[in-house]
Amino acid sequence: MTDRAVEDLLRTVAPQVLGLLVRRHGQFDRCEDAVQEALLAAATQWPEQGVPDNPRAWLLTVATRRLTDEWRSERARREREVAVAIREPAYAAVAPPADAEPPAEDDTLTLLFLCCHPALARSAQVALTLRAVGGLTTAQIARAHLVPEATMSQRIRRAKQRVEAAGATFTMPSAAERDERLRTVLQVLYLIFNEGYTASSGPDLHRAELTSEAIRLTRILHRLLPDDGEVAGLLALMLLTDAHRAARTGPDGELVPLAEQDRSRWDRAAIEEGIALVTAALTWSPPGPYQVQAAIAAVHAEAPSAERTDWAQILALYRLLARLAPNPMITLNQAVAVAMVDGPRAGLALLAPLDADERTAGHHRLAAVRAHLLELAGEPAAAREAYRAAARATTSRPEQRYLELRAARLAAPPDPTKEPR
Amino acid sequence: MKYMLLIWNRPGFAESLSESERTALFGEVDEIMKELTESGELVGGQALADPSQTRTVRLGGGRPEVTDGPFMESKEQFAGYLMVDCDSVERAVEIAQRWPDVRLGGALEVRPVMDEAGTEM
Repeated sequence: MTDRAVEDLLRTVAPQVLGLLVRRHGQFDRCEDAVQEALLAAATQWPEQGVPDNPRAWLLTVATRRLTDEWRSERARREREVAVAIREPAYAAVAPPADAEPPAEDDTLTLLFLCCHPALARSAQVALTLRAVGGLTTAQIARAHLVPEATMSQRIRRAKQRVEAAGATFTMPSAAERDERLRTVLQVLYLIFNEGYTASSGPDLHRAELTSEAIRLTRILHRLLPDDGEVAGLLALMLLTDAHRAARTGPDGELVPLAEQDRSRWDRAAIEEGIALVTAALTWSPPGPYQVQAAIAAVHAEAPSAERTDWAQILALYRLLARLAPNPMITLNQAVAVAMVDGPRAGLALLAPLDADERTAGHHRLAAVRAHLLELAGEPAAAREAYRAAARATTSRPEQRYLELRAARLAAPPDPTKEPR
Repeated sequence: MKYMLLIWNRPGFAESLSESERTALFGEVDEIMKELTESGELVGGQALADPSQTRTVRLGGGRPEVTDGPFMESKEQFAGYLMVDCDSVERAVEIAQRWPDVRLGGALEVRPVMDEAGTEM
């Protein structure tokens, strides 16, 4: 087995082993540490000594040994402490027989819900999900987020403590909480996807892996909840977006906008899968925001070029999206569709109120869209100023580079054959 | 999102503090650093030597020229930085507000760090 295949196997089994362990012993924090240690042991031993016949049982045994070793040494230290007396029976007697355990995949779902506990800040939910469900090492997560390993290790430790302090148990949330928690899980997965959806060059390669990890986790979630239209919608949206990967950056790592991408380089297999998923979901599920966004991405994917895109359909979908999830960032995208259908002036009119909305005022995306529409409207000077404003407001280097380039192009002396004076 | 907190203060301002004030100052800094370490928000940070130890390199006579002393002649000088990774600019500002130099007449600049990630335009 290759190192890569071993890693894939480990990461599929990891949440199942953690689920079993927590179910038997409680103590999410310690069980998670024990599984992480078992994973590291496997990652070093398996490629050399071969993969055991039952990888899950192997990991479970090693992780359990770590836990009992720890408890034993602790008991030696604080022999008469009551805590140990309480903990011991929990380990010995309360553990259910193996055949009474629910299927391991249910544990993955429970685990995902636990990692997205509302007591945690978003960055903590992301880190914990990647480690406990994704089976990534702290070092990998730290590299992907460009922070020192010690910082990430501390963030994960704190997150686990918070989850325990909040009194969370390893059970599915109640029916009342479940929808809300699932929404959080989808937000966390989409955030991980977007964190990785970057100019995939040089030092960003580790980060780009987050995108495939988000897709992998969303696939698992879709397998566990096949009847949830929004889970299917999110998976479709990710696949349709990631299909642009090869085309969205140029040879020097510069961003290539959707309209200028070489569509022959789009990943057709991912597009087909995404379209099939969202089409099916929309037939049996009430439309939700992820499904509608996926549907918009599907219309783009089916268009042979930017000009020959069915903008009327995209606009109709944006109007639906704005009703389902009113949000000024959606209005921003809708303005582009309006401009393509009714002309740039109509699009610009839609942007005007966003200057007064604190969520978008001064945002680089607002300035960038305005710049684009002003350019279409034949106002190069105003467009140039808006591109420059957007370049100043963004905190992304590739975006800044792109926006400065657009501004510079408009600053070029007018071509006398096109603009006679 | 990463933010750099740039600490500006008057060089030598600590000289005018009593010993207990100085101890309290270091204690406050330690406490904030401990909190940021435990929360997993601290990415890094350094204090800089006194501005009198500075060399400044800039163009002079068509080539890089070295002079002694800081780039800017101003009462407040750049004294060090913290780098934090937190969920919002509000949180970064909250950390800056607690930094003791502010209370003692200095200032903190909270500046977003550029990201290598970029989304499709």
